[in-house]
Amino acid sequence: MTGTLIRGASLLGETREDIRIRGGRIAATGRLTPELDERVIDADGLLALPGLVDLHTHLREPGGEASETVLTGTRAAAAGGYTAVFAMANTSPVADTAGVVEQVHALGAQHGYATVRPIGAVTVGLEGERLSEIGAMARSRAQVRVFSDDGKCVHDALLMRRALEYVATFDGVIAQHAQEPRLTEGAQMNEGALSGELGLAGWPAVAEESIVARDVLLAQHTGARLHVCHVSTAGSVDVIRWAKARGIAVTAEVTPHHLLLTEELARGYDARFKVNPPLRRDDDVRALREALADGTIDIVATDHAPHPAEAKECTWAEAAFGMVGLESALPVLQTTMIETGMLGWADLARVMSSAPAEIGRLDGYGDPLTEGAPAHVTLVDPAARRTWSTGDLRGRSRNTPYTGVELAGAIVATVHGGVATVLDGTLVDAEEVARRG
Amino acid sequence: MKHLLSTRDLDRETAVGILDIAEDMALTADREVRKLPTLRGRTVVNLFFEDSTRTRLSFESAAKRLSADVITFSAKGSSVSKGESLKDTAQTLQAMGADAIVVRHHGSGAAHQLAHAGWIDAHVLNAGDGTHEHPTQALLDAFTMRQRRYGADSRGRDLSGMRVVIVGDIVHSRVARSNVWLLTTLGAEVHLVAPRTLLPAGVETWPVTVHEHLEPALALRPDVVMMLRIQQERMHAAFFPSGREYAREWGLTAERFAALGPDTMVMHPGPMNRGLEISSAAADSSASTVLAQVTNGVFIRMAVLYLLVAGSQEASA
Amino acid sequence: MSARTVLHDADIARALRRIAHEILESRRGDGRLVLLGIPTRGTVLAERIQAVIDDIEPGVSSAGSLDITLYRDDLARTPTRAPQPTRIPAGGIDDAIVVLVDDVLYSGRTVRAALDALADHGRPRAVRLAVLVDRGHRELPIRADFVGKNLPSATSERVSVRLADVDGVEEVTIEP
Ligand SMILES: [Zn+2]
Repeated sequence: MTGTLIRGASLLGETREDIRIRGGRIAATGRLTPELDERVIDADGLLALPGLVDLHTHLREPGGEASETVLTGTRAAAAGGYTAVFAMANTSPVADTAGVVEQVHALGAQHGYATVRPIGAVTVGLEGERLSEIGAMARSRAQVRVFSDDGKCVHDALLMRRALEYVATFDGVIAQHAQEPRLTEGAQMNEGALSGELGLAGWPAVAEESIVARDVLLAQHTGARLHVCHVSTAGSVDVIRWAKARGIAVTAEVTPHHLLLTEELARGYDARFKVNPPLRRDDDVRALREALADGTIDIVATDHAPHPAEAKECTWAEAAFGMVGLESALPVLQTTMIETGMLGWADLARVMSSAPAEIGRLDGYGDPLTEGAPAHVTLVDPAARRTWSTGDLRGRSRNTPYTGVELAGAIVATVHGGVATVLDGTLVDAEEVARRG
Repeated sequence: MKHLLSTRDLDRETAVGILDIAEDMALTADREVRKLPTLRGRTVVNLFFEDSTRTRLSFESAAKRLSADVITFSAKGSSVSKGESLKDTAQTLQAMGADAIVVRHHGSGAAHQLAHAGWIDAHVLNAGDGTHEHPTQALLDAFTMRQRRYGADSRGRDLSGMRVVIVGDIVHSRVARSNVWLLTTLGAEVHLVAPRTLLPAGVETWPVTVHEHLEPALALRPDVVMMLRIQQERMHAAFFPSGREYAREWGLTAERFAALGPDTMVMHPGPMNRGLEISSAAADSSASTVLAQVTNGVFIRMAVLYLLVAGSQEASA
Repeated sequence: MSARTVLHDADIARALRRIAHEILESRRGDGRLVLLGIPTRGTVLAERIQAVIDDIEPGVSSAGSLDITLYRDDLARTPTRAPQPTRIPAGGIDDAIVVLVDDVLYSGRTVRAALDALADHGRPRAVRLAVLVDRGHRELPIRADFVGKNLPSATSERVSVRLADVDGVEEVTIEP
């Protein structure tokens, strides 16, 4: 088989067309007749979206292979309909040199499930003291454009200013994990009446909002691009809305879990719900959904953060922050944004594919599914519904917050650069993907 | 009752019932033989991840008075910081045949997790979890208040009409949390006094009256003034500027103590910082219930162990 | 089939009077009599018997209650129950003649538990047992010294003692 024909898919939920894929590109669209050397995918009732792009993934390799590897993480990504992921820098060693980012990039290319774009550390070892070799990473084969100390905040104002300015030289962006460190010492969950009752140290909204406010002002002052990771509070939304109205070059992301889950889940002390930034109040969830709908928040990013069982099967305070999210991202978005009428499928393609590709300067992703475009395609069954379980996960870790939750939609097929990575809802064999890719 | 994790879960009837059983347990203290055969053949494990000699001894004494076999496991220090240790330790103890696990842990929610994570099926008794709750301390405090107020006529009564003022580091205090829920369930009127830095987020949603200064609360002529322990390290984290200033503003000084009504009880969960939150004049007076609290702690813990462990698993599960 | 009444209120009163007399007759020398009822109905019966004794020979007897909940050997097989108060009369039980009083004597396990409980309270000169009804089927080597009525019964039958102070009616019934 040298080609693929997707028959009868609904493009972005609008027109029904066939899509012919040849040599990694879309060869034709319209009403097409199957040819002898083509694999035919029956997409009757399915939606075709440009392959999803995640700007915020923790692949854990090198150093954290007990939780995830580039292979297992990109398999989870493909299962979730993703064709490109940006891999966060907090590995061991930290991705703060050209050597580490090229290694991660090469592993992604070798396995073929998704394009892996490493994110470079802003500061050496994420220590928040000296800038890392941003230029070397930008010019490396990994073509790093996004820089982040994610997990830690670049809290030193002078260092943040310099980073914004310096990164702009390479058309890059600083993706800031906005967390004032002194206001969140020992913090365990959202600060509020519930944290007071449960006796868990609070993570006040102002710890996020004060950094976002400072950073948008620095972005204005420097004229550089700023990206705000995982916005979690209504107050941050207000600040970003204000900054955009002033023409400041700021973009922002929200995670699927902050669009669905609230702090109430901490009540049972189940550490699967421990995440940074923490789950917030109903009012915050509502504000985040509205911000994503009106464009104040530009994109959805998973903050997929795998952890081994022992990092979660302990007391809340001792447990690691983070939850996996690649496989469940699109179902959560369909449930929270599409079925509520807040976003259409074309908007979804923007916030989960074209906009993240644009922020990350990842060419060839998120393009409309038209003749000549690279063949990155995600097929979704919007009529599917299922009660989520750890059996739906394809990565190495099991720390999903959605066990027992009914979510809409399912990924039926994913095509990355013309190579099917998921067919009939099942991952294609690793050898086959690597050989064809 | 399967577990005792929090006083928030207790209704008035259950709480009064525990206090009444503690009265029965107290009667055994005056007998020729103090030991009861009630938990013969049962195993109670004291699992202490945090040092607390007095609480551990109180639980040991309670379990032994009920003839249970007692295993004490002190797991403080480095072994605790490993992620899996709580689960591993709990499963090990279960394998040793523990019927009940009395757990003291520095992490809020640890007892809740032991009870509900599905790791074990022993009864779990929370002996203090982080800054969350310490239910038996609140029960012994309520028992002590009721005893002082009603003496031999205590049975069946709650704390309606009593006014209790709790002073100090509320935000970090599991004793304060457990007392707020229990005392209000028992009908008492509860007042909290602390500088704003030591009040928890959302305290305005609690069923209490909050005061930032001590004098207005003491002017209400409370029946009970409960002074919480102040950890010295708090002043280094900017919760208040100095011990001297704290004592002056929120301490039960000799002058403040002298101005209290003649029947006002002075309580403290111990250990006390004399000269900081409480003056020696108050601590050593006849108004002080500090030693009665220690004695009553054993009776309350006997009552709770009896309720958790004595009955059949099927009936109480 | 419905319950059959085997003792009416007058029968109960007569039986308790007879027991009171027997207890007094069995008292040798100057022994102090302490009647300890096993809650709930045993306590009521102990008080009534003691009242009769006190009429006949004032000042030689006293009544109280002895709860056995914490001494039962079937704790692990039944739901947890709240203990009842134990009241030992002033003067204690040391060197006294203690009469345990219960409504029905059946397997003997309650009495065994009461003997254990009693031993933790002191050392009586002698311990006797008075019951309103002995229905047989002993599982332990225990017998009553004073019996209101022997009532041979099948284990399937149900013997119920109801007292006015507790139940509003005064009768002993047996039902299949
Ligand atoms: Zn982050």
